[in-house]
Order: sequence, then structure tokens, then C-alpha cells
Amino acid sequence: MTDSHELIRLSAAQLAEKLAAGEVTSVEATQAYLDRIAEVDGGERGVNAFLHVNAEEALAVAAEVDAIRAAGGSEAESLHVLAGVPIAVKDLIVTVGQPTTAGSKILEGWHSPYDATVVERLRAAKMPILGKTNLDEFAMGSSTEHSAYGPTRNPWDLDRIPGGSGGGSAAAVAAFEAPLALGTDTGGSIRQPGAVTGTVGVKPTYGSVSRYGAIAMASSLDQIGPVTRTVLDSALLHQVIGGHDPRDSTSLPDLLADLVAAAKTGNVEGMRIGIIKELHGEGYQAGVENRFHDSLELLKEAGAEIVEVSCPNFQYALGAYYLIMPSEASSNLAKFDGVRYGLRVLPEDGPMTIERVMGATRAAGFGDEVKRRIILGTYALSAGYYDAYYGSAQKVRTLVQRDFDAAFTVADVLISPTAPTTAFKLGEKLDDPLAMYLNDVATIPANLAGVPGLSLPGGLADEDGLPVGIQLLAPAREDARLYRVGAVLESLLEAKWGGPLLAQAPELAGSPALETQEAN
Amino acid sequence: MNTEAILSFEEAMEKYDPVLGFEVHVELNTKTKMFSSAPNVFGDEPNTNVNEVDLGMPGVLPVVNKTAVESSIKIGLALNCKIAESCRFARKNYFYPDTPKNFQTSQYDEPIAYDGYLDVELSDGTVFRVEIERAHMEEDAGKLTHMGGATGRIHGADFSLVDYNRAGVPLVEIVTKPIEGAGSRAPELAKAYVAAVREIVKNLGVSDARMERGNVRCDANVSLRPHGRERFGIRSETKNVNSLRAVEHAVRYEIQRHAAVLDAGNPVVQETRHWHEDTRTTTSGRPKSDADDYRYFPEPDLVPVVASREWVEELRATLPEPPAARRKRLQADWGYSDLEFRDVVNAGVMDEIEETIAAGASASVARKWWMGEIVGRAKNADVDPGQLGVQPATIVELARMVEEGRINNKMATEVLDGVLAGEGTPADIVEKRGLAVVSDDGPLLEAIDAALAAQPGVADKIRGGKVQAVGAIVGGVMKATRGQADAGRVKELILEKLGVTA
Repeated sequence: MTDSHELIRLSAAQLAEKLAAGEVTSVEATQAYLDRIAEVDGGERGVNAFLHVNAEEALAVAAEVDAIRAAGGSEAESLHVLAGVPIAVKDLIVTVGQPTTAGSKILEGWHSPYDATVVERLRAAKMPILGKTNLDEFAMGSSTEHSAYGPTRNPWDLDRIPGGSGGGSAAAVAAFEAPLALGTDTGGSIRQPGAVTGTVGVKPTYGSVSRYGAIAMASSLDQIGPVTRTVLDSALLHQVIGGHDPRDSTSLPDLLADLVAAAKTGNVEGMRIGIIKELHGEGYQAGVENRFHDSLELLKEAGAEIVEVSCPNFQYALGAYYLIMPSEASSNLAKFDGVRYGLRVLPEDGPMTIERVMGATRAAGFGDEVKRRIILGTYALSAGYYDAYYGSAQKVRTLVQRDFDAAFTVADVLISPTAPTTAFKLGEKLDDPLAMYLNDVATIPANLAGVPGLSLPGGLADEDGLPVGIQLLAPAREDARLYRVGAVLESLLEAKWGGPLLAQAPELAGSPALETQEAN
Repeated sequence: MNTEAILSFEEAMEKYDPVLGFEVHVELNTKTKMFSSAPNVFGDEPNTNVNEVDLGMPGVLPVVNKTAVESSIKIGLALNCKIAESCRFARKNYFYPDTPKNFQTSQYDEPIAYDGYLDVELSDGTVFRVEIERAHMEEDAGKLTHMGGATGRIHGADFSLVDYNRAGVPLVEIVTKPIEGAGSRAPELAKAYVAAVREIVKNLGVSDARMERGNVRCDANVSLRPHGRERFGIRSETKNVNSLRAVEHAVRYEIQRHAAVLDAGNPVVQETRHWHEDTRTTTSGRPKSDADDYRYFPEPDLVPVVASREWVEELRATLPEPPAARRKRLQADWGYSDLEFRDVVNAGVMDEIEETIAAGASASVARKWWMGEIVGRAKNADVDPGQLGVQPATIVELARMVEEGRINNKMATEVLDGVLAGEGTPADIVEKRGLAVVSDDGPLLEAIDAALAAQPGVADKIRGGKVQAVGAIVGGVMKATRGQADAGRVKELILEKLGVTA
């Protein structure tokens, strides 16, 4: 019997091995995570990573997996490698049997009648779903402070933000409340939270994971991806959720290469790794810059060739992103009108017309950041402004893609810090949207170009002792390269630290570190 | 309700030249919807043919119906259009409760078919070419029913009910270029154009093409300009004119109304108009300006529709014979005169005659029955001839009975009435009603003798060589036998008896 303190700190791959070997049951593991959630997530100083905990169903799935394993035979043999390994799901992804809020009041209490494709795939793999994680409302934000249900706290420092929009998923994984989580990444919402919480996050190639059932913010940029503690775990989860889906027209027709194999056979010898001139240096925190250079040194020592590339149009990427994203969002969020589902607010006085009910519902149901982006996008798409705003932004998008194309002729993989700073304090940038938007300066180009990106922990910044993220970028459909390089860099860094970076994270109040679980 | 002044049509035509334009929406009869796997079925319980996509649930994505694309290409080809090699969908953003996503997914600046034409034949045979600007794919909205209030429209209603069964049904919108030069035949052309489009989509099998169900819906644009002026006048758009007759009437009414407005020195208001079948008038809808801002942008959830040239040619090869060519062929096959054939077309019984001939009737017999008997009955019943339910086999059977001398023509029409009344097959009715030509000469000869005796003067005339006078004696015999005699045989017997040869 593994004690629960140890159990919840296993990587998903390690837990899967123990489950397969019969050393631990899925019910034990799932219960350990549920206990951890109960201990650290709630209360005034709780992490608040979860908006909904799905204990009953998770335990039922765990018990089913345990029963199949106990019975043995062909059914046990055909179990998925991650069967019985619990997972948390960002509350932007719809699930039958649990509420889905998108972090918004406008969907409070709403239950989806259907499962997202990725959720169907988790169920097919028999992975217990622990619950739904917090996010900035409709994934709009970089700090999870824009959630209508209160901010999530960074397990490294509870007064700091866990990144966003997927702060809930990243914090859940960092606080050992889940071994795995799903996130969505439109401009960095998986990678930037990964960076500031010392976890691994991957934005897959656009179209390689079905978006069916992910509540759309910006359809041409959104992508679901893994949030984990190790590179191998991300590869395992990516493999579960990836592959063609006929319900998503933008879904790629073929499966990507074997990502798990890539993570297991990592090798950087002779690989050309490109530093993007525009994505480090000025504007980046010194500690972030230092850890970035540490990683470059390690890769060089391991036989990689470090080259410098220039992507001059990246300087326009943030501006283009803040036109394309709100434009698409303004249209995608039009459906939330109180007519068919979700919140309905009646005007306090005056005539009860449909326009006024829609208006009152949206005024009450959406938070300020959502309204800001709807207004921005509506404006950018308006007649007379379309060409100057949306049209120009699409041209920049093409130029960013060309910069990537050119860069990938001289480098196999690109590298940069994931975010310009470590986690900032809760409330610090809440009143300054532009400062908030700058958090995504290094992650946005990948979304504009549809290329895959991975963020992994690069160490702690000297000045504040907080995690720094290293971002790897590969050409579209070459997600395997991220895992190959990421796994090597991770093992070199962990060798240097003497273990996972998260082992250096402070113990959370109420942590069961000194307790031992009784054998049953 | 409507007190707007109008000019007489003749006066309007003296002063002004009408310019028309049509947007015809064709609902495709695909099994499933444009972007979802929900069934595309008319008339079911409200809100049953819907899934999460049709309801615009959070997280859903559209997938283009390939059959709908195929049907759209076929329509484009039948309208002599070019087919785009690659085209995209766009979002037309507006808030309205019949549109579950609050945007309609429609093609905008990249229609699948463009630059075509349709040759429309008017009732006198004149052919008028209507230029087609584009035919594009889009999805239908749900159906709103406004409850309470006086007008049945959303304003003033107490509440509204919405049925999303129709939301997402595939539509092809066919847009003409401005139609100039129709002059006083504009109303007739309007009807003929919509009829031709309806005929084409029906012939292609891509739509049920039933206007009464809204399968084919027409928005009619009308503007007037003084004779000789090139610049178009301000147009009105009369929405959802949903029968062929209404299209003709609506265009005629709008011409008359515009003429009165212009005559009074006022500008025509650019607006949509609602058609009222009961009063055959239009009323003002909402103002419509070219600056309506729908914030169109390319639909990011869909990839472009690619129509390879090979595919387009494959589809072209499967197209049925175009209706105009088919008419030409049938007229030649049947040997009808131009006038006879036009009457058949105008009566709307061409398909029925073709089926009747296919079932074994001669072309002249088929025409005689449909034009001589059935069309009139349909008119009395105020339905289309095809809706009376006369089977081609019935006509073939009736014709055979007459030919074999078992019944005469008068009896045959009686039998037809019996069939229409649902009394059974012609054979059943002949038997039940005891309708059989008296073919035993014995009773006939008695009746002839009686008739001749009753009209000795006529008998003398016949004997004197006035053979045509025989009709009066035949009439007497038919009366005496209550129509059950074969008139031809009666005539033969009379002449024989009087020793005259015809």
C-alpha cells in the first residue's frame, strides 16, 4: 500500500504502471485525489481549482476499472494504459452528468445534453473524471481572476495568480489534486498557466484534437490540450484525446505520429533548436531570462545545435490576436441570450420585448472582460472597419505563419520563455487589461499559425523563487518533436534539481503530508 | 388596413418602366440538415427534429451536408451557372429568436454558383432570358408563431412560440440580376420565372418544390423608372410571396403602388413589404437599407467547400433533361400543334399526359381525356388537375372500353365521375351501374322502327339522300335506350334499314 501523500505525487504514467501491476487500485487513487481536493481546494485560502467535484461518478468508473482488472482476461488486457487514472476537465468543455459553466454566471446550473468528443474519449479510456476546473469567464483572461466563481490561487504562493485562462487545471495538477487535466489554449491558456505553476502544458497542432464540445471563444485559434506534471504524461493524454473527429470540420484527417514513443525516446543530438530573437530579452523578467539560458546550455551540452532565428512579424501578433479573437468571440457568444438555456433575466421595468430580455440577460450574465471583448469584436467586424481591423489582422496572421515557415527551414524546433514574467499577485493587473494581455506575447504566435507548443518547468526565478516556463514550438503536425525535445530537457533539468520541480513547492495548509492512509 | 393609393396598371405602364429582381429560396429535400445530422422533415411535432447543433448549444460545431452541396451544384448547373472551385461560408450576425446561434451560416461573397441565366417561356411562347447573379447555400431559420395581438406579427404579440425543426434546413438562394425590359409583361414574367425555377428544382429531384409548404419562397423586388431613364428607381422587396399566382399579383400591385407614389411626387421608401393574399395588397414591413450591418466574416468553424472539376462534370452528366428541351421533345413525339401543346402546358397536365401515354394510351386519347374532361373538373373543384387523383391506368382502361364498344363516350365520362367519387375501378362501376352498350340488334331495331315511325318526315329526307338528317333519328333511339346504345351502330342500322349508304 502506497500512502496517499506519495500516491497523489506519482506521475500519471507511474500511477498507470502501479494500477496495471495491481499495487494500487483506481478507487484508492481516485479517493486519494478526492481527499486532497477536499483538503486543499475549499475555504478562504483554498486553491479553488475546482468548480464542481464529480466524486460519485469518478469512484464508480474507478470501481469498474478495478473490477475489470480483478476479473482478468481479455477485457482486462484491452484496458487503455490510462484506464483508472483520474483526470480533471476545464469547465469550458461540456460533460453529461456535471454542470458546465464556462466560468460564467450566464451558464450557472446548465447541464450539457451531450459530451464533448474529448470527454467521450476519456470515458472510452475509462478515466475517472474528478470534476470541472476553474477558468477565466469563457477562457478570457490570463489569471483566472475573471472567473465569475472567484479566482484560483497559485499553489506556489496562494496570493498569486495561477495563470489563465486555465488556472484551475494547472493549479489542480500543481497542487496534486489531479494527476492530469484538460485545458484549452486560444492564446496561451494552457501554456502560460503551466509556466507559472511549474507544470507541463501542450497546445497541440490546430485540428489535431477535436474542438467539438469545447465552448468556443475564437474558433480559428482554440485547441484542447493536456495539462500534466511530466512531458510523458502529456504525450499519453494527447494520444487519448487526439485523432480525427467527423463532428469537427477543422479536424485533421489523420492521427499524429506516436507521441508517447517520441517522449520515451527523446534525443536532441544534432537537432537544430532556434532561439526566437523577438521572444526574449527586453520585457522579460531577469529570472525568466536566466532560466531560459540554463535550458539552452543543457540542450547544447546534450548535443543540440542552438541557432538564432528572427520572426519580425511577431511584434504585430498580439495586436492581430486582439482583433481576431474578439471578432470571433463576439459572434460565438451571441448564442447566450436567455432564449433556449442558461440564465434568463427580465428587464426591471419597461416593455418585455425579446430584445430587452436578451439585453438584460447578457448585461447581467457576462462579466466585464467578456463584455469588453464582445464590444471590441463587434466594432472590429462592423461595416467600414472590417478591412482596417479584421482584414489587416488576417494579413498579419499570414505574415506570422510565413515567419514560422522561414524559421523552421533553419531550426527543427523553436524555443522561448513561455511567459515574460513569473506569477504576479492577485489583483495586480486586474484593472489594466493591456498589461494583462502582454502575458500572452510569447504564446499567441503559435495560435495564429496553428503550430503546436509545449511549456515545461524551467526552474525557479532567482528574484522571487517562482516557476519559470520554457516553451518549445514545432511545425504543424510535428507535435512529436515537442515531446522528443521536451522529454530530454525535462530529464536534464530534473537531474540538475534532483527531482521534479514541484517537489520544491511549499506544502499547502491541510496537506496530509504527515498522515498515513490506513490499509483496508 | 391598407389605404395606399394605386394607379391602374395600364396608366402605370404608360408612365413607367418596371425593373424586377428575385430572390428565390429553395429548401432542399436532403435527409438531414445543412450542418447537423438531425432529420430534415416537414410537418412533425415542433422541436422534435433538432439536436444540440440545431439548438445552438454551447460547444457545438457545424459539418457541411455533402448532399446539399451536390444539390446546390446541380441547381447551379441547371441555371447555366459557373461553379466555384472553392468557396466558403460566412456568418451573418443578427439577434433574432428564430436563429439559435444568433447568426445565420450562409455564403456571402463566395457563392457556390454564379453568372448564369434561365430562359423563361411566357404563355404565348415568347422566351425571356433572366440573368442569374448567384445561387448560394445557407441554412433556414426556425419558425416563429406570434400569439395574441392583432397582426400576427412580432410587434404587439403577447408572446411567441418557436419551432426549431426548420432551423438548419438546407436552402439554396437564387438571386437574379436586375431584370429590365419586361414592360407590361412584368407580372406575367415574374410568375413564369418562379414557375420555371420551381420546375427545374423539381425536375432535378433536389427539392419537394411545394410552394404551399414553403419549399420554394420568393422575395420580389420591384422598382420603377420613367421610360427612357437608365438609372434604377428605389426598390421595394415583397417578402415570402408563396404561390405562383401571388407572385404575379404582388408584382402587379407593387408596380401600381410605386406608380402612384411617384406620380404624387413622392420618393418610394426602400423597405420590405408584406404580401396579403386576402386583399391582394402589400403593407409596409421594416425599412431596409443597403447599410444593414450583419458583420459578415468567414465561418471559422468550417473549411472551404471544394468542388473539383471532375466532380462537377460527374454531376453535370447526371442532370436530367432540362424542362424546356423536354417540352420540345414531347410536343414532337405527341404530334400536338403549338396551340394544343401550349394549352396542355398552361393547364399543367403535361406530366400527367406523359404518364398516361406511357401507360398505353394514344397521344390524342390522353389529350382528349385530360384537356376535355379532367381539367374542367379540377377547375370546378378549385384544385390542380394532378391533385384529382386520376390514375393513368384508369384513362387507359376507359379508352379501351370505348374502343371495344363496351361503353360509349357518354358512359365513359359517367364512369370517370364514379372513379373520382371513389366507387372503384372502371370495370367495377360499369358492372355496378349496369352500364353496357346495347349490342343486341333486336332491341335496337325495335327502337329504330319506333323512331322512324315517330318522325316520318325525317325518314323521307334520309331516303331522299340527306344522310346528315340521320342524327335526329339516332337521337331518338339513344333517348329511347337511355344512352345505352352504341350511336355508331345505331346509325349504321338506320341507314341499312332505309337502304341508303353513307
